[in-house]
Amino acid sequence: MNNYLRRKITDKLMRALTVFCAIFVLLPLISIFVYVISKGITSINIDFFTQLPKPAGEPGGGMANAIIGSLILTGMASLWAIPAGVLGGVYLSEFSTNKLGTLIRFSADVLSGVPSIVIGIFAYSVWVRPMKSFSALSGAFALGIIMIPTIMRTTEEAIRMVPHDLREASLALGINRFKTTIRIILKTAMPGTITGVMLSIARIFGETAPLLFTAFGNRFWHQGMTQPIAALPLQIFVYAISPFEDWQRQAWAGALVLIGLTFVISLTSRLVTKRKI
Amino acid sequence: MKNTIITNNLNAYFGKTHAVKDINMKIGERVATAIIGPSGCGKSTFIRCLNRMHEVIPGTSVRGDVLLDGKNIYDGDVDPIELRQKVGMVFQKPTPFPTLSIYENVSVGLKLNGINKKSYLDEIVEESLKKAALWDEVKDKLKASGMSLSGGQQQRLCIARALAVKPEVILFDEPCSALDPISTTKIEELIQQLKQNYTIVIVTHNMQQAARVSDWTAFFLLGELIEFGKTQEIFTNPKDKRTEAYITGRFG
Repeated sequence: MNNYLRRKITDKLMRALTVFCAIFVLLPLISIFVYVISKGITSINIDFFTQLPKPAGEPGGGMANAIIGSLILTGMASLWAIPAGVLGGVYLSEFSTNKLGTLIRFSADVLSGVPSIVIGIFAYSVWVRPMKSFSALSGAFALGIIMIPTIMRTTEEAIRMVPHDLREASLALGINRFKTTIRIILKTAMPGTITGVMLSIARIFGETAPLLFTAFGNRFWHQGMTQPIAALPLQIFVYAISPFEDWQRQAWAGALVLIGLTFVISLTSRLVTKRKI
Repeated sequence: MKNTIITNNLNAYFGKTHAVKDINMKIGERVATAIIGPSGCGKSTFIRCLNRMHEVIPGTSVRGDVLLDGKNIYDGDVDPIELRQKVGMVFQKPTPFPTLSIYENVSVGLKLNGINKKSYLDEIVEESLKKAALWDEVKDKLKASGMSLSGGQQQRLCIARALAVKPEVILFDEPCSALDPISTTKIEELIQQLKQNYTIVIVTHNMQQAARVSDWTAFFLLGELIEFGKTQEIFTNPKDKRTEAYITGRFG
């Protein structure tokens, strides 16, 4: 009886501990949300989404160019990184039984651990320096490098989850290896692949460091792919460290918009995956 | 009787493991041939050699000849993709493609080989589902997912899918081992019908099933063909002691 009581108490205690830890993990996230919303909400108005930044000291203005800039950068990075990452993942899971596969897998894991500022410096030295100009393209290049390992490994994992029977069933129907892989296997693995893609988009959307040396920032509307381009995180960075109170308030508003958009991206990926399964 | 498939000294390997040893068999046209034997006797590996699915697994190899209508399917000029359209296969577990509808599951073999004409596909889908005795159950929900069907229906869907590419031969690899008795009966009735138009080879664990559906039976043991003959004779008057021991249930 004594033993039973002790067991019951231990059970209760351990359960309470896990609940406490779960809440503790949520705490930073919730407090960030609450803090950013309370600080940023007052500075959000129509101007913020439609106006260019005003020169220092002048009140008003907005971050419209930075919001659009971020969308352009993310879109362009996706344009090359998604196909590269997905096809890389297909190669890893379907065709690499050799040392090359192990090498690629290892490199991707290392690459995903490389600090983003290092990737920024890399993009600066191989793209910005030779072209002698900060540019939207170089920013998209840097962001794409950050996306690839995540997309590649999640695609690989998603494809590995597809039962082997389906491959054989498709091959036994006289469907060739390529079509089996793309039209049957990758299609079946789509929810997992989309999750990986969305996660990587959510991540680069808020990246600042790699853009410091590449996209650089711009106070004007989009001026072409070979020109510097504004980006939301960059703008927040510049405004937040400025001495002007109005800019600091706008930085909070920018942070709120950034979190909001990232949240929407994550949520969409969840919805997409749920519906497919 | 004409022979559709003739194997000459067929050997199959997994790496160094010799799974199928020197099989010489003549499989008749438009009859059902059952392959029986205990687990691991190489019967599945054997039929996978008949449509070159064995080589899909890395590290495997095949030696010997398999003649299909007189042509060795292991000749260099034979395209395994085309061969597999002639020699279809139904697997142990039902494997409908989960992202495709019932209609698409049946038409996918044609579609991914470049046949897109809607009226033709409609016709083939209906014809194949009718042959697979599934049409009446699914004709009103062709757009539903293949996964929404029961296990037995899924297996008949897989049979319809195999029929849609117009094979001559259909290989069944323990097609009922994941199904309940009622679904099993349906598949068996289906095989009885299909053998009037197709050459059937069926691997089965279930000796009653072999006795019910097949005209010829081959008994495999440890990768070797022990006995091959008319089903009735194998079951009533086996010539080899090992065959007799197996079918009377003394091992296996």
